[in-house]
Amino acid sequence: MTQPTEHYDIVIVGGGNAALCAAMTAAEDGAKVLILEAAPKDYRGGNSRHTRNFRCMHDGPLSVLVDSYDEQEYFSDLIKVTDGKTDEGLARMVIRASQECLPWMEAHGVRFQPSLSGTLSLARTNAFFMGGGKALVNAYYRTAAALGVDVLYEAPVRHLQLQGNRIERVDYEYEGVAYSAEPRAVIVASGGFQADLDWLADAWGPPARNFLIRGTPYNRGTVLKNLLDQGVTSIGDPTQCHAVAIDGRAPKFDGGIVTRLDCVPFSVVVNRRGERFYDEGEDVWPKRYAIWGRLVAQQPDQVAYAIVDSRAIPLFMPSVFPAIQADTLEELAEKMDLPPEAVTQTIASYNAACGDTSAFHPTERDGVHTSGIEPAKTNWARPISEPPFYGYSLRTGVTFTYLGLKVDENAQCQTDAGPVENLWAAGETMAGSILGQGYLAGYGMTIGTVFGRIAGREAANYVR
Amino acid sequence: MYADPVEEARRQAQICNSCRYCEGYCAVFPSMHIHRSFSEGDITQLANLCHNCQNCYDACQYTAPHEFALNLPGVLAEVRQESWEQTAFPAAMGKAFHRNGTLIALFSALGMGLLFWAARRLPGGGEGFYAVLAHNAMVAIFLPAFLFPLLALAIGLKRYWKRVDGMPVRLGDITAAFGSAATMRNLAGGHGDGCTYEDDDRFSHKRRVLHQLVMYGFLLCFAATASGTILHYAFAMPAPYGLFSIPKALGLPGGIMLCIGTAGMMWLKAEGRPHLQDLRVRGGEFGFILLLFIVSFTGLALYLFRDTAGLEALLAIHLGSVLAFFLLTPYSKMAHGFYRLAALVRDAQRRRSTS
Repeated sequence: MTQPTEHYDIVIVGGGNAALCAAMTAAEDGAKVLILEAAPKDYRGGNSRHTRNFRCMHDGPLSVLVDSYDEQEYFSDLIKVTDGKTDEGLARMVIRASQECLPWMEAHGVRFQPSLSGTLSLARTNAFFMGGGKALVNAYYRTAAALGVDVLYEAPVRHLQLQGNRIERVDYEYEGVAYSAEPRAVIVASGGFQADLDWLADAWGPPARNFLIRGTPYNRGTVLKNLLDQGVTSIGDPTQCHAVAIDGRAPKFDGGIVTRLDCVPFSVVVNRRGERFYDEGEDVWPKRYAIWGRLVAQQPDQVAYAIVDSRAIPLFMPSVFPAIQADTLEELAEKMDLPPEAVTQTIASYNAACGDTSAFHPTERDGVHTSGIEPAKTNWARPISEPPFYGYSLRTGVTFTYLGLKVDENAQCQTDAGPVENLWAAGETMAGSILGQGYLAGYGMTIGTVFGRIAGREAANYVR
Repeated sequence: MYADPVEEARRQAQICNSCRYCEGYCAVFPSMHIHRSFSEGDITQLANLCHNCQNCYDACQYTAPHEFALNLPGVLAEVRQESWEQTAFPAAMGKAFHRNGTLIALFSALGMGLLFWAARRLPGGGEGFYAVLAHNAMVAIFLPAFLFPLLALAIGLKRYWKRVDGMPVRLGDITAAFGSAATMRNLAGGHGDGCTYEDDDRFSHKRRVLHQLVMYGFLLCFAATASGTILHYAFAMPAPYGLFSIPKALGLPGGIMLCIGTAGMMWLKAEGRPHLQDLRVRGGEFGFILLLFIVSFTGLALYLFRDTAGLEALLAIHLGSVLAFFLLTPYSKMAHGFYRLAALVRDAQRRRSTS
């Protein structure tokens, strides 16, 4: 049984992928490590438990990955989604290191599987965890325990005492009792602040209270805020979060992957007033779901409604909650609590604006567009005409926040006076050092693994 | 326990179907992911493909206390159980055994043992066992006790096949199914590390190995009996057989494997998490494994103590438990082997038609 009063060389704040990679690496280098995980055991692992793959460079076929994926292609994929707001040096370092992460992960218990059905586009670039992120987290906890790493669950850290250029003390709670530890080194791997709705509302405005949080309710940014308040250097736009459009019926927290809805490109999307507000067919969904998080956030009550007809149903992944169904559009509008007249009017003018649909092609931009309405729908514009009709509500689902701790290539944190000599950060909490905006599927786990291992190595070096 | 296991399994499958993280573990998930909605037959087929390895449960981000409260191994265990009950012939028997498995198994074994005890009054006719009970008397009792369960199983499987919309069976479907069963591919975990049955999320091959000891042990014992029958009728070489004979060469290792395997399976089942099994039949399943253990143990004991005064009693207990085992086959855990094979054949068809 882990004793809160024992002495440890290194304390790691957080219990997800980056924390565990750091813990295992440091323990293998001989350090005595304690993980302080705020969540109970059932919910351990932060947002890592919701992940499904990591993006991995490879010169040739590697484990489940086919063909090759080189540094240049990887980096240009990244630049496309971040619009250039990327630290090129760190980004390339992560990319290059990703290749040797895969065998390291396997050696530490992670098992991979071929890309899941419906994700063929990622078969070359992303290695999927067998069983998903929670299976990865389970395997790492097993391996860490075998290496002598101790873990306390439900042990939230309240304060890291920064004195000059050192962290002197870690204050945390465990089973309702306050403890202080004085480890020689500290690694922060406790994610972003997206589960703190007050903070989110401060940053974004009151509508943020209507956002859904896709991941863990335990990422409240307590330690992040605590360090920033003491002058540790931050990075990333504090007002920004990565948000996508998800099923409006998803739980407030922890809905994870299943709440995604892929129907928008084949839909007409209206707001609460029954009006369209954006081109639903601008591009394929993987390239547009993040934009729609923002678009929905700007609508009244931060909610929107996607309407499709029966022909569209087989074109997208099944939804976790069944669609609302009706034989007429009026009835559907009523069931969805929308003004029926406005909805039927909007769809009638949309239908009238649809032209030749013979080139309709669900998996690529087909140029089947509307004419004469605003906003136009520029692809997949087929009339909504074949009953039964189906509707989904859409809400903004926050995945992560960008504000974090600025680190150097050794994962070390800093203040204006220079490096903090015994403080490192890894994972989502420092990802803003690399990603200024946007997101590339699977890159978060890559950052967490690479920087987790670096932080573990550096901290173990320091305490030796 | 769920009020309506099929409906609950449908709800859970819908969530699994929009996640798919477990796709690589076993045949259940690829078979599930071809559907957008699930008929009762689809759910039945998924349930009979599931080997209760529990890997998906430990990997699942949506198990309780999450509000989605997924427990796919648990709900499929209940659906599976009900599917055997609903397709059993005659129907009344299935339910009775599954609700009271331990008692029925014990009572049957004892009752049959007593019955044989009474057989002392019949004249013996031959050497060894046959001095106790004549060969013809044994055949008269065991032939119907062997044929009736086969008939009942055939009817049950036919009903199952209809329910899961089975297609005409090709040779390739059968070889694929037997190939999978021969290695228990679906208990290897997809990654080859086994399953997380007995110790939270730790993977091991214990269940797979023990199950195969039982399965191959049983098949060896069955082959030993069959070879004895052939020797008896075709070569006029009645029992008893010496150590260096075909029946003994098959039966001795088979009996030992069956003993170790069943004892191990009972231990493993006790270690397993009850809420991931079907609690209504857990007792019955223990009863069945115990019966199989008694069959194998008394079989070995018979060989060891064949020249002692205990022969008669041992023979009665052994043959009594064998009789109970045969008669209960369609209504006990033993049925799972047949339904699983049918599900694997059906799954081979699924793969054939989607590839």
